Amino acid sequence: MSRINQAIHEIHFMDEAAEKNRWLNRIHPLAKVIVTVVYIALVMSFPKEDLMGLAAMCLYPLVLFITGEVSAGRAFRQLKMILFLVAVIGIANPILDREVLFWIGSVPVTGGMLSMLTLVIKSVFAVFATYLLIVSTSIENICYALRKLHMPKILSTLILLIYRYIVLMLKETERLTQAYSLRVPDQKGIHYKAWGTLAGQMLLRSMDRAELVYESMTLRGFQGEFYLKGAGKSVWKSVIYASLWCIILFCIRIFPIFEMVGRILT
Amino acid sequence: MHMADALVVPAVAGTMYVASAAAAGYSIKKVRLEADPKKIPTMGIMGAFVFAAQMINFTIPGTGSSGHLCGGVLLSAILGPYAAFLTMIGVLLIQCLMFADGGLMALGCNIWNMAFYGCFVGGFLIWKQIMKKGVSRKKIITASILACVLTLQLGAFSVTVETLASGITELPFSIFVGMMQPIHLAIGLVEGAITSAVLLFVYEARPELIWTGVKEKTQIKEAKLSLKKTWTILGAAAAVIAGGMSLFASSHPDGLEWSIEKVTGSTEFAVSGPVHIFMEKIQNLTALFPDYGFRHGDSAAGTSLSGIIGGAAVIALCLLVCYVFRFFRKKEENEQN
Repeated sequence: MSRINQAIHEIHFMDEAAEKNRWLNRIHPLAKVIVTVVYIALVMSFPKEDLMGLAAMCLYPLVLFITGEVSAGRAFRQLKMILFLVAVIGIANPILDREVLFWIGSVPVTGGMLSMLTLVIKSVFAVFATYLLIVSTSIENICYALRKLHMPKILSTLILLIYRYIVLMLKETERLTQAYSLRVPDQKGIHYKAWGTLAGQMLLRSMDRAELVYESMTLRGFQGEFYLKGAGKSVWKSVIYASLWCIILFCIRIFPIFEMVGRILT
Repeated sequence: MHMADALVVPAVAGTMYVASAAAAGYSIKKVRLEADPKKIPTMGIMGAFVFAAQMINFTIPGTGSSGHLCGGVLLSAILGPYAAFLTMIGVLLIQCLMFADGGLMALGCNIWNMAFYGCFVGGFLIWKQIMKKGVSRKKIITASILACVLTLQLGAFSVTVETLASGITELPFSIFVGMMQPIHLAIGLVEGAITSAVLLFVYEARPELIWTGVKEKTQIKEAKLSLKKTWTILGAAAAVIAGGMSLFASSHPDGLEWSIEKVTGSTEFAVSGPVHIFMEKIQNLTALFPDYGFRHGDSAAGTSLSGIIGGAAVIALCLLVCYVFRFFRKKEENEQN
């Protein structure tokens, strides 16, 4: 599957997942946005050597993946881009920080190894949290939540417009590049002589389309703003959901939960 | 260049969110002042265009590899810097949510590194200045390449500063900068060439679509302020970079700590007296982010072992509760059906 087709497939999958009738989808989007932001901020705030404290933060994605019946496989696939960047930046840590912190049997564990591992785990958790938000909340509902947080109308309208036209533009790009590759089957990518004409044509068509879109939107009564329908009927459940998660996450951040339970058991 | 959440700490992420939000607020004000009803749909479609066009592989002659468009500069050249900046925010947010390309908390950093430099530095300082006496093919090529190279260099430098300020990597500043800047110089040159090719085509086919900032020039006040504005943008950029640098610097012993260390052999004073001890207890109780190191334990290995056992127990319990919840949920749904 080409990169463009994969992107279209990904967007359709997310849309369908967000439309499912799961308990997680029924939670108010604002509650989910708040919990996601709190979770990522707390994950980011862990010191680079506090691996055990950070590990306890796995409870949030773990609980939501299972109870929300969300497949984790696709979330792992989303990691590949982020992990590459993180690996490039973090790879120097084990080489430069060789101070031995403790031993596992006869294997020394250095500060660099620990900080590299922490970095990778932080990335995984942050991607999982964002993924859980997007598979259970549509972009419209996220914009609705952001509007509740006083995001300017112009920005939320813009995000929704971009989102609505992404699939259309991707399909057009796919057709364009496919037509090009059929004409020059042995060539990989677009030849430099066609750089301007190919993308330029696409840009001009987009501008013309924008004109048509504007006219059709005006005919339908568009006055510069999308009106989003309220989401999440069970407000109390959402308040409890957000409050409980915030309390749990702050407790995990402040107290070494795993170690405390371990001490009780040993 | 999309930064992941793990590469920044909350303080840096928050600072960059504030800086980006300020730029966004000002841009919104300027776009509203234009009062052009067609602007928003055009921005929306152009955002989708940039998103899609960045997926096209443009073959770089003689290398076998491929490059992409520079979204910020291209959008600035068509929509103007303010509208382009807002459009880029939309594109970056969707990339982050749908494709995990950049983190949600690092979005402020990504907006600054890619959209701010691309649209304001590239659009105002380079594109507008070069085009103010008229548009030509040579000028489009020069402006596009210069804008892409400069904005990518600034963006890459900001990534370095933000990562180092967060204390994520052990790499020294000079090595990190030495790694990032040359790579992005090459990328900038390629992106500049692709962007200029697209803009040249647009100039030949529909020259009226090219933004030059002429509209503002006709308004005397705006024209007089333009230089001031560019310095304001540079000042804001410098302030944020300096802020980031100071955060980075604060992770090392500062001047005072260094002096104390020279005198006492330690970066902190030894605690003596009941008041000191009492206050230290309060500080230890209330400190959310204590100094680096393992919490509540002298032996790291011992702590790790109990942590692993405790962790396994908590996860097992958590899994059990989750599956029980799921079982009853399904039962309830089946009964309802």
